[in-house]
Amino acid sequence: MIGVMILLVYVAIFLGSFLVVRFFVRRSTSDFTALKTVTFGDESAVASNRIASVVSVVTIFLIWGSFTGSNWVPGFLHAPGPFVGDTSFVYTIETGDGTRDDATVFVRVAGFGEQAEKFEVDPGEGIAKDDAVAMPASRSSTILFDRNDEVTRKDGAQVVAIDGVAIGPDKAIQTPAGRFALTAKGAISYAPPRGLQMEPIWLPPPEAVVGRLIEIADEGYRDSTLWNHLGYSLFRVIAGFLFGALLGIPLGYAMGLSDWFRGWFEPIVEFMRPVPPLALIPLVIIWFGIGETGKIILLFLASLWIMAISARAGVSGVNISKVHAAYSLGASKFQIMRHVIMPNSLPEIFTGARVAMGVCWGTVVAAELVAASEGAGMMIMVASKFQLTDIVLMGIILIGVIGFGIDVLMRKAENWLVPWKGRS
Amino acid sequence: MSGLSIENISMRFDLPNGTAVQALQDVSLLLNKGELMSVLGPSGCGKTTLLNIVAGFLAPTSGQVVLNGHAVTGPDAERGMVFQQGALFEWMDVRENVSFGPRMGGQTEAQWGAQVDHLLDVTGLGDFKDKATYELSGGMQQRVALARCLANDPDVILMDEPLGALDALTREKMQGLVLKLWKETGKTIILITHSVEEAILLGERLLVMAPRPGRIHEEYRLPFAEMGVGGDLREVKTAPGYAETREEILEMIWNMEEEIMGRTEDMQ
Ligand SMILES: Nc1ncnc2c1ncn2[C@@H]1O[C@H](COP(=O)(O)OP(=O)(O)OP(=O)(O)O)[C@@H](O)[C@H]1O
Ligand SMILES: [Mg+2]
Repeated sequence: MIGVMILLVYVAIFLGSFLVVRFFVRRSTSDFTALKTVTFGDESAVASNRIASVVSVVTIFLIWGSFTGSNWVPGFLHAPGPFVGDTSFVYTIETGDGTRDDATVFVRVAGFGEQAEKFEVDPGEGIAKDDAVAMPASRSSTILFDRNDEVTRKDGAQVVAIDGVAIGPDKAIQTPAGRFALTAKGAISYAPPRGLQMEPIWLPPPEAVVGRLIEIADEGYRDSTLWNHLGYSLFRVIAGFLFGALLGIPLGYAMGLSDWFRGWFEPIVEFMRPVPPLALIPLVIIWFGIGETGKIILLFLASLWIMAISARAGVSGVNISKVHAAYSLGASKFQIMRHVIMPNSLPEIFTGARVAMGVCWGTVVAAELVAASEGAGMMIMVASKFQLTDIVLMGIILIGVIGFGIDVLMRKAENWLVPWKGRS
Repeated sequence: MSGLSIENISMRFDLPNGTAVQALQDVSLLLNKGELMSVLGPSGCGKTTLLNIVAGFLAPTSGQVVLNGHAVTGPDAERGMVFQQGALFEWMDVRENVSFGPRMGGQTEAQWGAQVDHLLDVTGLGDFKDKATYELSGGMQQRVALARCLANDPDVILMDEPLGALDALTREKMQGLVLKLWKETGKTIILITHSVEEAILLGERLLVMAPRPGRIHEEYRLPFAEMGVGGDLREVKTAPGYAETREEILEMIWNMEEEIMGRTEDMQ
């Protein structure tokens, strides 16, 4: 229900902002693309629309805030919240001999994260007595109305109406007070209006996540500081990747330059390449335990094949004219290796390194989810066991930001070290 | 003896499907030191194969190449190559590219610096020596390739369609440069081209090859290269005999192409 609402709101904002921008924001006529008469089908004419990107990100936070009742989103944008506060309804019972009587149930609904405080009411007159119920928001509560009544369900009494609306065992009803139904044993099941907001346990509001971030950055989590957790994950990735590159690149070169090496390692590499590193986690744990060694070996294996294959592709991709030219200029085999083949393979190796870093980052988080005493993955795993959704979300966001950061850095390094990539 | 001697070269490629291609059949040639020979011929007549054998990248099925009295067994600094394109090292700037040969030979900058800078100036690259090669135009890239080859001071320079990827105007300028460098350095040059005009303008000797099997069809000695040195190539085209030579060779190649077409039609 909430999911469908969110989707509808999302699509509405997508289309609405599109139309608004189309009609009210004029295309800048200065660039060349603006002069093209045909843009549909011309991929080069499609540049990412900055406004769309900004609206997209704002929309995500807006919906997030709105459907979680965030303080950061003005109240009028909030999705209707669940009912909180005091309410009451009147139920009517009918005893076995046809006598009817009414009584009122006073309900106190506590907001998300608050404790529902029990309270007493005066039972009043008649065979049915008034009741008091305390309950949390967005839940349903089974009300044993007859605990204080003079005639109970055992005596054959049953609820026939709520606030004057007839109700039966097969007939649930909806009144302004909420939704009512009868349980199999005849008790009243009552759910006050739920509204459209999410409970923090499903999705905490953004400020809760930021609050957690500040808190954990400050005090740490599970005996380690936040930086320690992230640092461990990063350290594992970098160590595993470096070992993988250190062995994988020479292996790839050897496979590119020697038929014996290629023949020997091809079956191994071709077999290992499609095995997802995640599938190796159990074996690595059995062999090396859950300590650092196991994790680094896992990441080593994750990057090894990628680096070997990219180095081999880098060697195979050398334009034979370059090698011939170098021989004709008097270069030795070693010099050709050092001055032609190695630099020529750098663009491929960088592409491989970017892929490998991405895979390693994903693998380390997964490995920490399985077993670890510190790390980004471990943080969210432990938090999820305690249903600390805000920490889980915080962890996911941090993992995403770091993964993105790694890729940006790799691309920067690539532009700096192999500026000729794709330009020859 | 000094010179390049190609002796009864034959080359057969055995294809994986069991058939074989006779790329060259009994090709013999003698080039004296300092001669510039251009090679023409329809596509597939074995020009590149011949050049690769002289360069030492391919061993002929039979026959041998002898340079300065010793047989060629593999690539060597005495035989420089200029490729059509894509043979520059993008990870080095222009000056590093040009000085590649001397540097690999273990020379210090003190030894090669002056010569390399001179070549950069002669080829008009003086202002671009710190540029990356991929920032240069096609014509400039080919000048780098020429300078790189010359900086290594080879005895023979082998060029496989060195100007084939250039536009007409740049090409004309480069033809003048090739002639100038040839005269200045006195190198022995074999130049493969698809342009009949270029072959006539640049070739002191002109070799026309015929296909299937690849063989020498005709050889000319032409005066136009000498005329062109230091002069205007366009004027050379109006020199007596130029137009007739051009027509004759065009006719010859035209006939060869017709024959190839006819044969393929017969096969169908
Ligand atoms: N490595 C090889 N394997 C098999 N056949 C080859 C090989 N190299 C060349 N050939 C064949 O030898 C013949 C001559 O080829 P070559 O490349 O020398 O011709 P070319 O005169 O340089 O042609 P173009 O003018 O198109 O460059 C062609 O029929 C070609 O298919
Ligand atoms: Mg060729």
